[in-house]
Amino acid sequence: MATVMEFEDHKKQEIKYSTCYMCACRCGIKVTVEDNKVRFIQGNRNHPINQGVLCAKGSAGIMKQYSPGKLRNPLRRKPGTERGAGEFEEISWDEALDTLTKRLEHIRATDPDKLAYFTGRDQMQALTGLWAQQFGTLNWSAHGGFCSVNMATAGLYMLGHAFWEFGDPDWDRTKYFMLWGVAEDHSSNPMKIGLEKLKRNGGKFVGVNPARTGYQAIADEWVPIRPGTDGMFALSMVHVLLQNEQFDWDFLLRYTNAPFLVVNTPGQKGDGLIWRDAEGHPLVWDLEQQAYVNGMQPGVKAALFGEFQTPDGRPVRTIMSILAERYLDDRYSPANASKITGIPAETIERLALEMAHVAFKESIEIEVEWTDWAGRKHDKFIGRPVSMHAMRGISAHSNGMQAARAIHLVQILLGTIDCPGGFRAKAPYPKPVPPPNKPAQHSAPNTPLKSLPLGFPTAPEDLVIDENGNPKRIDKAYSWEAPIANHGLMHMVITNAVNKDPYGIDTLIFFMANMSWNSTMNTANVQEMLKAKDENGEYKIPFLVVIDAFHSEMVNFGDLILPDTTYLERYDSISLLDRPISEPDAICDSIRHPILKPDRNVRPWQDVMVELGGRLKLPAFTKEDGTPKYSGYKDFIANFERAPGIGFLAGWRGKDGETHLRGEPNPNQWDRYIENQGFFQYHLPKSQRFYRFANKEYLELAQRVGFNPTADPIIIELYSEAFQRFRLAGQGLYDGPMPKDPVDRERLATYFDPLPDFYEPLEQQRIDKKEYPFFAVNQRPMMMYHSWDSQNAWLRQIIAQNYLYMNRQRGEQMGIQDKSWVWVESHNGKIRVQVKLIEGCQEDTVWTWNAIGKQSGAWGLKPDAAEATRGFLMNHLISELLPPKQGERRLTNSDPITGQAAWYDLMVKIYPAAPGEEGTWPTFPTMKPLPGDTPAPDVLRYHTHKPVNLKS
Amino acid sequence: MRLGLVIDLDTCVGCHACAVACKEWNTSGTTAPLTDYNPYGAKPSGVWFNRIRHYEIGEYPYNKTVNFPMSCMHCENAECVTVCPTGASHKRPEDGIVLVDQSKCMGCNYCSWACPYGARELDRVSGTMKKCTLCIDRIYDMEIPEEERQPACVLTCPAHARMFGDFDDPESPVSRAVRERGGYQLMPELNYDPSNHYLPPRVHAPIPTEGLKKKAGAKVKEWVNRVVER
Repeated sequence: MATVMEFEDHKKQEIKYSTCYMCACRCGIKVTVEDNKVRFIQGNRNHPINQGVLCAKGSAGIMKQYSPGKLRNPLRRKPGTERGAGEFEEISWDEALDTLTKRLEHIRATDPDKLAYFTGRDQMQALTGLWAQQFGTLNWSAHGGFCSVNMATAGLYMLGHAFWEFGDPDWDRTKYFMLWGVAEDHSSNPMKIGLEKLKRNGGKFVGVNPARTGYQAIADEWVPIRPGTDGMFALSMVHVLLQNEQFDWDFLLRYTNAPFLVVNTPGQKGDGLIWRDAEGHPLVWDLEQQAYVNGMQPGVKAALFGEFQTPDGRPVRTIMSILAERYLDDRYSPANASKITGIPAETIERLALEMAHVAFKESIEIEVEWTDWAGRKHDKFIGRPVSMHAMRGISAHSNGMQAARAIHLVQILLGTIDCPGGFRAKAPYPKPVPPPNKPAQHSAPNTPLKSLPLGFPTAPEDLVIDENGNPKRIDKAYSWEAPIANHGLMHMVITNAVNKDPYGIDTLIFFMANMSWNSTMNTANVQEMLKAKDENGEYKIPFLVVIDAFHSEMVNFGDLILPDTTYLERYDSISLLDRPISEPDAICDSIRHPILKPDRNVRPWQDVMVELGGRLKLPAFTKEDGTPKYSGYKDFIANFERAPGIGFLAGWRGKDGETHLRGEPNPNQWDRYIENQGFFQYHLPKSQRFYRFANKEYLELAQRVGFNPTADPIIIELYSEAFQRFRLAGQGLYDGPMPKDPVDRERLATYFDPLPDFYEPLEQQRIDKKEYPFFAVNQRPMMMYHSWDSQNAWLRQIIAQNYLYMNRQRGEQMGIQDKSWVWVESHNGKIRVQVKLIEGCQEDTVWTWNAIGKQSGAWGLKPDAAEATRGFLMNHLISELLPPKQGERRLTNSDPITGQAAWYDLMVKIYPAAPGEEGTWPTFPTMKPLPGDTPAPDVLRYHTHKPVNLKS
Repeated sequence: MRLGLVIDLDTCVGCHACAVACKEWNTSGTTAPLTDYNPYGAKPSGVWFNRIRHYEIGEYPYNKTVNFPMSCMHCENAECVTVCPTGASHKRPEDGIVLVDQSKCMGCNYCSWACPYGARELDRVSGTMKKCTLCIDRIYDMEIPEEERQPACVLTCPAHARMFGDFDDPESPVSRAVRERGGYQLMPELNYDPSNHYLPPRVHAPIPTEGLKKKAGAKVKEWVNRVVER
């Protein structure tokens, strides 16, 4: 049969298993190496995340490895040259680290907060956070504040798990799936695998998105919604569910705070707080006992609805009564919601009822004995097979936190939380609502912080503010301006540091974050800020350290550049302490290990951090005799214990490697991971796979292995008492810290609604919508989402130029022709771009692919690359500050609750460019080549061996 | 045997995974390398065996986006073979795979003009025509694990929108899929009888909602509490 004469010589090849890092999805990869070159990267069939498949990014990993944009040596800005001029000289690692150590030693010994350390799309926040905590600076976070913190926070303050790493639709069983907004990133391959399963099983896929792109292409129904109005759509569906009594009574009574009694004394202290007994237990009205009882006791038969009075005469209502009264109001009727969202009223009603039908008339049962939190045995799990997913499209609005909560509210009313067919949790989630750790509040010289810089405030007392109520963090996270900023506000760091608001810093470290280009708002002005000097001629940000593997736009502004390795050249741990890769049925983590030897003078940043920890004598990285505790990252991961028996990797612990999840360090742990194709998974017994918020066996396991501090049941919160405390502080009714500035008071009182609500995004409240009539949003294409690889020789053949997409009919009405050049103008600036008219775009919306545009000369691309001449960034139009308002300090353009960057609140106007006006604008000077750069090739003929001889 | 692909337009999300996996495998494959021109410059392009087209059908708001991967269809009546002056283009009798013998190809382009599916790509550096081989160097290589003896595009497709198999076997998954899902050939009127088939998007039955509607709107105070044990 086979007439191929010879096949490639597998004897010359070696197969190694690792974890992809072309985006944040973290699929298992099987890499074939030949002569120290990559022959083939494919999905690992045994891996829990991708089960053998791999996306375009993953397969293009080869071209990342061989990118001409790779950094080769540590670099220093050439003495006497200006920052941003791109003049660098190569230095040794010793010199680079000596310089940095000296500077950091001084900062740590004087004022540790003068170091700001912010990281981009890394997956090592457990290590970077530990390092910052040990260093003692409050000024650390990763990029979540400009990504999807709203999504994570909404879930963790409501369900105990959330979208992305914290939960997944039950793809094998769900019969109805609603995808909200752009979500090609989180997660990439599992979502595609899941959508096919859903469709194969006959389920319905509804896509809610202003643009019909990406996954929306295969939606059974597309709901073109106006950007930023998703919260209203969700709450209008809540209205419909309530009106037709389509909610899960049992679920609400058993697992949520719906029956808890809330004090109803508007204008008085204590209003809106949960009525509690002397021990702090929430009280409910027991229908049988006809008495107020502790709602946390098993067997209580609580009233879901009702208004009552406390013995001391205060009126109280159940949370469900408050909720029903709120959303049954005509404000949330489909007719009214239609005016805001642009979705026809009948569609809103029908979609809500379709989900109710599937949840309640097509419910499923899995016969398994399980034990609930109170020790009662049950013989089955009941499933409501409706699931949802939402990510950045919802998140990146200044009303995104409440919108995400509104989406969760629909899920909760339908009883679809962590049940068969619903929205399932992934270990180490669910956690208590919210997780119990609080942000560090104080720093001191040469002293580690008492806790990690990031945590979960539940009251104004948890804010990170000084005695005058001013922010203590450079990004103003956990201040009155962004009280629950759980991932920080990376998008504010440069602006605040340059304005010395709240104070100036000394050293700014950016790791893998392109903050002078596509990852910042207001790009052109931010580049100027990075170069800004004070009256003494000193840079306002005195020292800028950039760690990257590639010649990014940010590298151009560094004073010291530390070159990182690629993901095929280093050790990494994808840890349960960090951003885990668990699946609903299994607790998982994984590793990377070097598959290729670097051919450059580069070092993994992880190793460098561990070394710096030793040089700076940070306690966690230093022995008692003052010498470094770890020889490097590999040693650190194998031996560091956060608590006894709990380290970064959960598999093969214990001296003999036979203990999982918790156990002594195992000196051979890395080898065991490598032997096992780079990942570990612990399959949960069938009895622990659902209702984990109330599943005794699971909760006890979670406590035992350190996921949760107790095995107490996790109560789903429809109504957030934590939010109400902040609202009371805004209303001047809180027993504790309260803001002085009326601006803060008003924001807290308005936006910290303990129930999910809809309000117009903040910037839009200040924009003349007659002048700027279009919503403008952006997203990344699937083949590049969460990927750095605009320099990727293969991926850029798929897309090297972005267009501004707009609705065809709308464009034609305005006399705008397909492929013509137009000006797009916002309150913050204008850009010239090329238009494409399409059908798949809501008529009031324009959108583009983000991060296609590049600065000329960056990333190893040639200066005339299409990315620089025709591609563009929408970022220039977006301000990091809200438009000014008289009598108000400048406020961040972010969600007022979480500080999430409000990328998608942008409003623009569009008009044709004059004849002859072509090409993208603004343009930027071409970045200079780095020392030793070889020009990119004109022709690429990548291969690892001669073609196999094919004869017939 | 008649080997070919089935592509499911109901689940293809247009992610280009298949195209890049193909490029990655075949750049060290039977017609290696697949040259890239100006890979870091103004207009990057190169040799690809599989390209994804994106179309819109219908007008807003009733429009749909269709992602349409296209590669060699391995036609039964392959005009590209008929027109080849050197005999480089040939169809293998044993499995129907259409190949280009690189040692015989002189890069005259006739075949690419004859192919209505745009499935042939001239490598301007080697001066030869290249095209999808159905990863012939994977599917017959006994040293590759059996479950991986599939074209790279099929192996990688995250939405499982691609199937590979023998259309001569009525019980093969590809034959069954075509039968059960109304699979069709592209431009059958040209009578090239392509092996590859496409599955049309599924039509979802309406979900009943009428029985759920209450006549009068609910009022909180009218709800009677139910006894549920916490």
